Amino acid sequence: MDRRSFLKAGVAAGSVAAAGGLSAPAYSQAANRTLRFVPQANLANFDPIWGTQYVVRNASVLVWDTLYGFDEKLEPQRQMVEGEEVSADGKTWTFKLREGLRFHDGEPVRARDVVASINRWMPRDPMGQLLRAINVELSAVDDRTFRWVLSAPFTKMKMALGKNATPMCFIMPERIASRFDSFTQINEYVGSGPMRFVRNEWVPGARAVFQRFDQYVPRNEPASWLAGGKRMMVDRVEWVIMPDPATAAAALQNGEIDWWENPITDLVPVLRRNRNIAVDIADPLGNIGSFRMNHLHAPFNNVKVRQAVMTALSQQDYMTALVGSDQNLWKVMGGFFTPGTPLYTEEGGEMMKAANMERGRQMLRESGYAGEPVVCLVAQDQPITKAQGDVTADLLKRLGMNVEYVATDWGTVGQRRAMKNPPGQGGWGMFHTWHAGADAINPVLYNAVRANGDGAWFGWPTVPAVEAEVPNWLAATTLEQERAAIGRLNRAAVENVVYCPTGFFLGYQAWRRNVSGIVKGPIPFAWGVSKS
Amino acid sequence: MFAYVVRRVLATIPVMAVVALFVFSLLYIAPGDPAAVIAGDQATPQDVERIRESLGLDRPYLVRFSAWVWDILRGDLGVSIFTNLPVSTMIAQRIEPTLSLMIVTLILAISIAVPMGVVAAWKQGTLIDRAVMAFAVLGFSVPVFVVGYLLAYYFALEWDLLPVQGYTPFSEGFWPWLENLILPAIALGSVYIALIARITRATMLEVLQQDYIRTARAKGVGQRAILFLHALKNAAVPIVTVIGIGIALLIGGAVVTESVFAIPGLGRLTVDAILRRDYPVIQGVVLLFSFVYVLVNLAIDLLYTLFDPRIRY
Repeated sequence: MDRRSFLKAGVAAGSVAAAGGLSAPAYSQAANRTLRFVPQANLANFDPIWGTQYVVRNASVLVWDTLYGFDEKLEPQRQMVEGEEVSADGKTWTFKLREGLRFHDGEPVRARDVVASINRWMPRDPMGQLLRAINVELSAVDDRTFRWVLSAPFTKMKMALGKNATPMCFIMPERIASRFDSFTQINEYVGSGPMRFVRNEWVPGARAVFQRFDQYVPRNEPASWLAGGKRMMVDRVEWVIMPDPATAAAALQNGEIDWWENPITDLVPVLRRNRNIAVDIADPLGNIGSFRMNHLHAPFNNVKVRQAVMTALSQQDYMTALVGSDQNLWKVMGGFFTPGTPLYTEEGGEMMKAANMERGRQMLRESGYAGEPVVCLVAQDQPITKAQGDVTADLLKRLGMNVEYVATDWGTVGQRRAMKNPPGQGGWGMFHTWHAGADAINPVLYNAVRANGDGAWFGWPTVPAVEAEVPNWLAATTLEQERAAIGRLNRAAVENVVYCPTGFFLGYQAWRRNVSGIVKGPIPFAWGVSKS
Repeated sequence: MFAYVVRRVLATIPVMAVVALFVFSLLYIAPGDPAAVIAGDQATPQDVERIRESLGLDRPYLVRFSAWVWDILRGDLGVSIFTNLPVSTMIAQRIEPTLSLMIVTLILAISIAVPMGVVAAWKQGTLIDRAVMAFAVLGFSVPVFVVGYLLAYYFALEWDLLPVQGYTPFSEGFWPWLENLILPAIALGSVYIALIARITRATMLEVLQQDYIRTARAKGVGQRAILFLHALKNAAVPIVTVIGIGIALLIGGAVVTESVFAIPGLGRLTVDAILRRDYPVIQGVVLLFSFVYVLVNLAIDLLYTLFDPRIRY
């Protein structure tokens, strides 16, 4: 016990004993039932369908439950669902809910709540949109059964309803889900997950509090990411928002917080030197760094220019700038999907790993590039985009391109990247971002790899050969078929440079050693985590 | 006097109107899109557009401005785009930490800086004077966040005497409240102490040359009485002015201090709102700060009459 805690515990125990209340051990036990966690960002809103930021999703998994949940093998397992039946033609799915499911307001979870929640989720989600396009009827049969009739088979149903990519299909009470459309924020935070959201203690930008929901009935299977029994070992989880990493590091060392989701690499050696702190990889699925080029305007409307840039870029440079020289933290990619996951392939990916500046210069000369300025948007308030932007500016200059470096913030990049105007009229040439590895595991969840023109993500690439493989993957019934489709997709995406991945990288998490049960995963799962 | 106060209070109305117009226009022309932030990085352009429409951000300038002004006239600062909470609620949640930080900083700064300045003037040219001036230069030169990190490192991490971060409401006890504010107040107050100490020294030096001080000495008045009763009272007007001007310095410094010490105050609320383009919150907070600043100036003007009976309104 440290000096200040000792003094405080003494004072607290004394006052409590004087008041005839809890004994000193009981006081200490109460403190051990609260987990203080520093998330990656501020929980500025709390509607996982309306706002699809990862931090909202991460808080939402505590409060709202899902029909299925991904386990650590990325396989969807039943969660709220007890069982499902699929008709012989694959077009009708009938689901039955588990017994004993309750919302935090005490109401039972009924099939009509599920129907309303799915209807609210579908318009915002890529897989939901696919389902919506073939939806014939989604209806509640009775309180625990709902049926979904489709106009075509959809083999990835469980994946759609159980994926952890945002927006997840969270189940809300019908009175909330049907009152607010997908683009309007809810104002009641009632779920059926293992924790209740304590709204009156929520101070956006400072704190969010979750209290254990005693009526939650976890599944019997052991927890595995979003699947299995979500057993809360603490009564209360407090999210403490700390914008400054140095403060979070000091607070963790001082025992003022228990668990920090994303310590920056620079501070990891300091944390490792503290014997009370454990540091480990946060998410084995990691992240993919990227910059996107605007396919609508010169110079990047010319595939040869895009190829020249991809040939010249060195992923090693980007990764060193992002996470340092520790090669356990990053990997050079030859494909667009998350390394280590079933669909990762390097088919046709030689250009991504080339890192050949001379060849790149030659390709640029041959491309007909006429010195058009490249408006390079770089958000300075995000360390990941800032580091990548600096490397890109240097890369393009060495390549012989005319770079207009626009140092700005993420809010401005978010607005400007949506503009389709030419770069000289408020538009843009390229911007930097990154993709969570958990989202880049198949072509439907991973909108960055899609190339369907106006319907594609910012940059609006049009590559029919990429798009042709998406339905092939959806229709595949075996992993071999899926891999074959993804191999062809990867080749086409590289040849046409849909975007430029800058490497695969991992991040850290850190916690006090008196905390146990923390697992590596794409979300900081609080179930199974206890304090001693 | 009463008529003067009423006149000054009424004069805040056009000032606030100009501030409102200025803030709204500035935010309107500033780049950035809250809809893009809400939608998340993976959202499609179509999603972003739908959210923008649902928030009414696609409406023309005049429509949005008049709606906002109408709400303000009815005492409604609006609702945060992000949190869906009323701006007044968000300000109420955050005002106590900022107010506490500023009060503790003010008390700390005045109680240290004024005696420092007085003593430096009294001991002009000595080692004490030079030490005070060296401290003042240091206070001006070292950024608040550097002072903050150093304090946190030694007082919290090395010596384990005070917490690194956070805020405990006053209602939970005086010491828990104060222990979270000591380090931030020292960090925030360092510039302020330097400023007040310098101005106190300079003004005191001037006053100490006056005939009435010589007369007081000739009459055998003690040194302490001369310094603190005769000289300081006559030097008070510029010192009070600097303290008043320094409130703006404190508001600016609070933004950094609250971030370094993770204090959930108005400074952090403002920065978060700016980064997210949460227009109603930015507008509400800026209006509040402007109003406070106008009131502080009024209070300073009224304080002049207390220290200098020749001043009449």
